[in-house]
Amino acid sequence: MNSLFPVAALSLSLLATTSGMAAPPKETVSDGVVKIGVLTDMSGVYSTLGGKGTQVAVEMAAQDFGGKVLGKPIVVIGADHQNKADIASAKAREWFDNEKVDMITGLLNSGCALAVQKLGGDKKRIVMVTGAASTDLTNKAWTPYGIHYVYDTYALGKVTGQAVVQTGGKSWFFITADYAFGQSLEQNTTLFVNKLGGKVLGSVRHPLSTADFSSYLLQAQSSGAQIIGLANAGGDTINAIKQAREFGIGQKGQKLVGLLIFDTDIKSLGLTAAQGMQFTSGFYWDRDEGTRAFSRRFFAIHKAMPTMDQAGAYSATMNYLKAIKAAGNDDPDAVMAKLKAMDISDFFAVHGKIRIDGRMVHDMYLMEVKKPSESKGEWDLLKIVKTVPGDEAYMPLSESTCPAVKK
Amino acid sequence: MGMSIQTVLSQVMLGLNNGVFYAILSLGLAVIFGLLNIVNFVHGALYMLGAYVALLGYSMLGPLLGKPDFHLNYWAALIVAPLVVGALGIAIEKTMLRRLRKFDHLYGLLLTFGLALIIQGVFTNYFNVSGDAYDGKPEVLNGVVDLGFMMFPKYRLWVIAISLAVCFGTWYVIERTKLGSYLRAGTENPELVKAFGINVPLMITLTYGFGVGLAAFAGVLAAPIYSVSPVMGSEMIITVFAVVVIGGMGSIMGSIVTGLLLGMVEGFTKVVYAPASGTVIFLIMVVVLLVKPTGLFGREA
Repeated sequence: MNSLFPVAALSLSLLATTSGMAAPPKETVSDGVVKIGVLTDMSGVYSTLGGKGTQVAVEMAAQDFGGKVLGKPIVVIGADHQNKADIASAKAREWFDNEKVDMITGLLNSGCALAVQKLGGDKKRIVMVTGAASTDLTNKAWTPYGIHYVYDTYALGKVTGQAVVQTGGKSWFFITADYAFGQSLEQNTTLFVNKLGGKVLGSVRHPLSTADFSSYLLQAQSSGAQIIGLANAGGDTINAIKQAREFGIGQKGQKLVGLLIFDTDIKSLGLTAAQGMQFTSGFYWDRDEGTRAFSRRFFAIHKAMPTMDQAGAYSATMNYLKAIKAAGNDDPDAVMAKLKAMDISDFFAVHGKIRIDGRMVHDMYLMEVKKPSESKGEWDLLKIVKTVPGDEAYMPLSESTCPAVKK
Repeated sequence: MGMSIQTVLSQVMLGLNNGVFYAILSLGLAVIFGLLNIVNFVHGALYMLGAYVALLGYSMLGPLLGKPDFHLNYWAALIVAPLVVGALGIAIEKTMLRRLRKFDHLYGLLLTFGLALIIQGVFTNYFNVSGDAYDGKPEVLNGVVDLGFMMFPKYRLWVIAISLAVCFGTWYVIERTKLGSYLRAGTENPELVKAFGINVPLMITLTYGFGVGLAAFAGVLAAPIYSVSPVMGSEMIITVFAVVVIGGMGSIMGSIVTGLLLGMVEGFTKVVYAPASGTVIFLIMVVVLLVKPTGLFGREA
């Protein structure tokens, strides 16, 4: 915390000097360009829900902003992190050191996001994570230059976990993706299940990108738990749900709960297979006029409606650019101070605010998959059951282990 | 998690289900390696293509022909997909692999590996990487059967039965019939067999077509179980190559038996210690290579 006061003071004084002048000073933007790097899963198990679509969203934001900020061009580049932390980290280093990249966004994998955020901390560059979910990003792995924008495992576990336990799902068994994200999601959900008097009977871990879930599903079935919690994402969740249906699991007594589901997963599963499932999301394209307007424009380019990761990357980029404009330069400290001071409010973020720990707190939604008979179109997939205010969904600062949070 | 006999049996049954895919794919590889001396790395991509023929035939062919109600049904796909992919294989053999025959194995391996990357890359570009659902599973194969120790999906039982039939049928043709003896003789001494008036180049081309047709057949069988995705082949092929190495390159019966056994070993590992299930096959491969480098069923070179 101590380190932030001089920064805030500095940025305020900068603002005072720039606003006093008729024209902005010459070297306001380092290297004469604002370069945004979209580093995400472009080819793997998560690429449908992020991938090129995330880059499309970021490019849209740069364009909507006018293509220039403080008179300098905005450039967007993209790369595939292949869901491997070492590759993500090497690419980010190359971008920071040689390619003049000012900000990295996307990062659809907690392992990759943790590595890149750490590097951003060392190199003093802003990292806006839209894809990954681990709460470690805003706790023990916190850096002054990291922002966790769209959702996290705490919010997913809390909103979905509470909704399920309150409707009678007391005993749980987890099928968990065996890396930082899955473990974090399982832990966070377990916390709320226990808090409300539920019980976790066991769990089984599977490697990322698994084709055959039948064996894990049978273990879950024989545990006798009422709820089979899927602490995985993307292609893994799709396969698990599909195969559960095949074995007749989830049809009598036991219920499957996907803890992280994206619209594109439902699209792939089909409404018949997914109907009635509840999960938590930070965004739904068909929520109001604003989301629909953006999503239709996005659809025209990408041929799919945006997921929360993709819409979030647009919003993150837009607000990053706004902060540069407000700060009058692209110095990471000044921009971070602006970002944390401004209200984040657009079609994506409702009542948004970036906290001291880097968490962008905004309203979250408990969603339910529509029945085939309720759907009026190809992408008419979900309904919002409940809107959960950001302060209720996300981890309160009092529980945080972030080094910047004073206890 | 208790280790009841029921749990073990059901996991082994699931393992057998994966094992038949290993068996049918490694069988194709063994046939191709045995007769053409080519390490066919494009096998996984052709398995994926087979699944896509089924998927696209079911959901896109009708609209394309202007008859939106037309679906290429599952049974037809089981025949059409191997034919389509087999024809593609024949084209690959005639235009590319044939030219490499006089060079080292390595060139064929590199070429087929490159082809696999290209096919997968093109499909990744046009299709959903997390997979699309195949909706053409026939009504008769829906539902589950009570095996006593577990409820097992009818469809998977069908997959096990038909795969075993195809595997052992292939083995019988190659090892026990006249046609098979020509094939085997053709690889040992092509000049001599030619002298008997047999068209060896044609035989080799058709063999390659048949081998990759098997991969496409497995792809159709897999479509209703797994999501049909551009990466389904590359995920499978690494394990399948390990199976081939363990069984012994080029051994027909070896590849079938090893495929089935390793599927079951993998299933059993999931009960004992699930995280090791992804690596157990490779551990076995290391041990086999150390103890018997030609593979369990391999002939001494």
